[in-house]
Amino acid sequence: MKMVNIKINNRVVSVPEGTSIINAAKEIGITIPNLCYHPDQEVKANCRVCVVEVEGARTLQASCATEVKEGMVIRTNTNRVRNARKTVIELMLANHDMNCTACKKNNQCSLQEISANLGVRESRFTNVVRDEEIDTSSPSIERNQNKCIKCGRCIQMCSEVQGLGILDYIGRSDDVEVKPAFGWYLGDVACVACGQCSVVCPVAAITEKEDIERVWEAINDPEKFVVVQTAPAVRVSLGEEFGMEPGEIVTGKLVSALRALGFDNVFDTNFTADLTIIEEGHELLQRIQDGGTLPMLTSCSPGWINFIEQYYPELLAHVSSCKSPQQMFGALAKGYYAEKIGKTPDEIFSVSIMPCTAKKYEADRDEMSVDGENPDVDVVLTTRELGKMLKQAGVDFNKLEEDEYDAPFGLSTGAAVIFGATGGVMEAALRTVYEVVTGETLESLDFKMVRGLEGIKEAEVDLAGTIVKVAVAHSLSNARKVMELIKDGKAEYAFIEIMCCPGGCIGGGGQPLGGTDELRLKRIDAIYRADKGLPLRKSHENPAVTQLYEEFLEKPLGEKSHHLLHTHYHSRKH
Amino acid sequence: MSNINTKKLLTARFGTIDPGSIKDYISSGGYSVLQKALLMNEDEIINEVKASGLKGRGGAGFPTGLKMDSVKQAEGTPKYIICNADEGEPGNFKDRLLMENDPHQIIEGMIICAYATGTRHGYIFIRGEYLKSIRIMEAALEQARVKGYLGDNILDTGFDFDIDVHTGAGSYVCGEEFALLVSIEGKSGRATYKPPFPTTCGLYDKPTQINNVETFCNIPHIIDMGGTEFSKIGTDSSKGTKLICLSGNVINPGLYEVPLGTTVRYIIDELGGGVPNNRAIKMVQLGGASGPVIPEGMLDVKLDFAEMREKDLNFGSGAIIVMDERINVLDILKRIIQFFHHESCGKCTPCREGLTQMLIILDRFIEGTASGQDLALLDVLIETMSQASICGLGQAAPTAVKKVLEYFPEEFNSRIHSMGPVTV
Amino acid sequence: MRVKEAISKYGSTPDKLIGAMLAYQRSTPCNYLTEDDIREFASETGLPISRVHSVASFYSLLSTKPRGKYIIQVCYDVPCYVNDSVNVVKDLEKKLRTTMGHTTDDGMFTLEFSSCLGCCDKAPVMQIGDKLYGNLTSEKITEILSAYRRKQHE
Repeated sequence: MKMVNIKINNRVVSVPEGTSIINAAKEIGITIPNLCYHPDQEVKANCRVCVVEVEGARTLQASCATEVKEGMVIRTNTNRVRNARKTVIELMLANHDMNCTACKKNNQCSLQEISANLGVRESRFTNVVRDEEIDTSSPSIERNQNKCIKCGRCIQMCSEVQGLGILDYIGRSDDVEVKPAFGWYLGDVACVACGQCSVVCPVAAITEKEDIERVWEAINDPEKFVVVQTAPAVRVSLGEEFGMEPGEIVTGKLVSALRALGFDNVFDTNFTADLTIIEEGHELLQRIQDGGTLPMLTSCSPGWINFIEQYYPELLAHVSSCKSPQQMFGALAKGYYAEKIGKTPDEIFSVSIMPCTAKKYEADRDEMSVDGENPDVDVVLTTRELGKMLKQAGVDFNKLEEDEYDAPFGLSTGAAVIFGATGGVMEAALRTVYEVVTGETLESLDFKMVRGLEGIKEAEVDLAGTIVKVAVAHSLSNARKVMELIKDGKAEYAFIEIMCCPGGCIGGGGQPLGGTDELRLKRIDAIYRADKGLPLRKSHENPAVTQLYEEFLEKPLGEKSHHLLHTHYHSRKH
Repeated sequence: MSNINTKKLLTARFGTIDPGSIKDYISSGGYSVLQKALLMNEDEIINEVKASGLKGRGGAGFPTGLKMDSVKQAEGTPKYIICNADEGEPGNFKDRLLMENDPHQIIEGMIICAYATGTRHGYIFIRGEYLKSIRIMEAALEQARVKGYLGDNILDTGFDFDIDVHTGAGSYVCGEEFALLVSIEGKSGRATYKPPFPTTCGLYDKPTQINNVETFCNIPHIIDMGGTEFSKIGTDSSKGTKLICLSGNVINPGLYEVPLGTTVRYIIDELGGGVPNNRAIKMVQLGGASGPVIPEGMLDVKLDFAEMREKDLNFGSGAIIVMDERINVLDILKRIIQFFHHESCGKCTPCREGLTQMLIILDRFIEGTASGQDLALLDVLIETMSQASICGLGQAAPTAVKKVLEYFPEEFNSRIHSMGPVTV
Repeated sequence: MRVKEAISKYGSTPDKLIGAMLAYQRSTPCNYLTEDDIREFASETGLPISRVHSVASFYSLLSTKPRGKYIIQVCYDVPCYVNDSVNVVKDLEKKLRTTMGHTTDDGMFTLEFSSCLGCCDKAPVMQIGDKLYGNLTSEKITEILSAYRRKQHE
């Protein structure tokens, strides 16, 4: 690797050839303020906040876009640079709804942070923000034009990573707005509510819908018995909302925190993840035996379901009829647990904590209601919202003691926790299917070939002499590739796991902000550590799940299962 | 005033041939230089262009020989050559007249360059409003193909090259190299950052030579007379002739081909006939809307790259817009900034927001409600836009305002209502 | 022309989009692209709808709002501006009984400001379709408008 020597603020630095100035500066502890720059995206260089002086250049240069060259002399904080940077920020603020106290991203906003750091207290320019209507049409995400700084991070996420292209720059000059074509409402276009745009938005232009108040209301309602379930990905991410390093496993504190908020029962979605494996594993085996539609596609990712319903409805027969673990839980909470504890279904208020914004859409679906009237899951809160809720209640997350989930929906295995990472559902399914089919115990539980951030992963498993090919895809641009393979008849797989979000659920639209591969990898690492640390690691060995079958469901794919735990999806093509 | 009577080069055929006839072009010597060039070695051609001292005629003034060399050395195929006929700079009409009166001159120049750089495919990017030019160039290209000057195995040399016309759709910023490339790809013309430059990473990330219409028109003449002979026209820093578009308040507006080094005053008075009704000149804008304005006392400045640079001026693509004493200077500035505001692609903060704010402040001066703070803010905007914008539009847009503040400060100072406190 | 025809004439690759849209727009009675047109261009080229609308909304010659049969582009940049284009605008507005940016009641003419049309030596200038009209005076404007009206009755 060729190194080059450069000078930044009179200090000599040696960095690999091709490093951008912004990253070279990091090496010596200088963070050049930036807004449109994102380490995993193509350089955009449009905010112009990160400009620096480069000796010999007539104009200031964007440090995100300029690669260092041997002998380059850079100054990041001269008067000329500071004045330009401050003016750029003031110009941005002049076309911005500057009411920070009223803003959803107060204290979490990059523009606010940079303004504060630069000492910009006001904009000397005339405020020209147009006071446009906020788009609240989607159950999952909200678009506020008055906060947009036109950085384009959301556009890149939606176009390149998700391959959907819902958003683009519309118009020219200061009429430019980042929005769907013709400014159509998000609820009216083929958006899948994955929320990836909200994870990379540095300001409050795109945020998740907030449902915290509804949960407070229920908790404070003496007539409601409020139960909560927590997704696998939340326990390796929530700590980030409280200053912990990404990748800290905070399961015990998570339970404690939810109790502190006043939930009547704290349950674990991981329980129903194990349940999903049993149901889905048997569904797969049945399809293989009976010549059903293959490859079978997983169905626990609602962003992915929104995608296939709107873009490839002709392939819906491939999708597993299993509900997601969230919805299986919801159905059980109201259709089984209620009676068990002597309550009526509408006395149960069911909340889920998810890394996902599309789960809000999923919970609202007509099919996701056992009694046909009340939703099985009443409210979905994202990891970010839970963080806010805990702060509202003054809970000091770091100081919480460890606690444990409640029975009967609190016990889970390592196979369940790995649902949070791309490849996890596949690996969990293989751990069970292998043992069910072969009758043998797996030597190693780690199917490493389905792990990691590669877009599409493949594996082969020998099931009692039959080679079964499986595939794993994450992010919708890869899902699309898989769909095209299926359409062309080239997908020779029995089973494919598809996750809407890059990295899987740990990279979900409701997760702590950032949306970088660095964050995803740390959370994925935590997921597999959590798996290894659990006494039980195969779904079919979960005694609580076994008990549920014995007491209530009777058998996988049985009548009760079909009624509560399975569903159908349908075409929503535009 | 030497060289004033240099014979016309680029405009020599204007009015003497039927632009729709390739026969006319050929019988006046057209495509004979191409034949000569095809017998030369690629480096020979580039050396002739280098020796000529030709600098780009679109406004940036980059040495053309150097650009061609860059493209030739660059890795990556296929290479592209693009003629920038997006002529959108207000005050300029030379490229339209070149296309409408002598289309094959451009084509011949492009073919010679393509041959020298190893390029197989070319585009002529013509602004969407120039419907007549589009028709004429498309017809000329077809004629050239029929005659074997374009296409496969040109004149039996084994050299393949063809050119397509690509039209713009109403966007001044697409005259900027990077916005132009993006527009050819079928996207909105939003400028992007550089480096890398188009010579190494241009259309579809391949090496691309982008030059102005007038620049390509010089090529056949350079190869014909030789670079050294060509370099005898003009001055030390500025070789060759320049097409000047004279407009505004003059008796004889029009296109004039003069050797570089001619003074602005000569063009206005001797060629343009001066100002109608003997009115005094208030100010003259050089280059176009993005160019500097100068007072009457500075009109002896030469159209010379070095002299202009010394005086912190530039003549851009060569337009000269004369404005007489009747004008309201602030009103003109507002019109200029409105133009850029309309044409800004909107991608980067300083240009998108800066132009909006500049209009608001200019209005205060026009209404007479401005303060000392407004004067300070104008300076801040000029500085930030020219230093931090991504592309030439944002960088050059405030030029006229800057020059009025420098040469006609009373235009602003007399409109200040009250100085007030100033935060910088 | 139908959208499909424009695509098959110009091509369905992204680099052909602008040319196809311009040609298609010229063939429409009201010189603009409807939401359905944008949808169809998107579907024929495989590009996202937002991208096609982004292009249509960026370029001045493309319109997503209905306009008149003849678009009168009036140059308002400095050379024309110092040569009385202000009065050309006033004259046109008076004669057509509409204002800049709007269409006459009978749908015949739309008045639009244009950036420099590249005809500065004949300032003040306007362009209708592919015809440039320079050295405009009130009389000339009357003649030009009548000529277009007469074409309507032929």
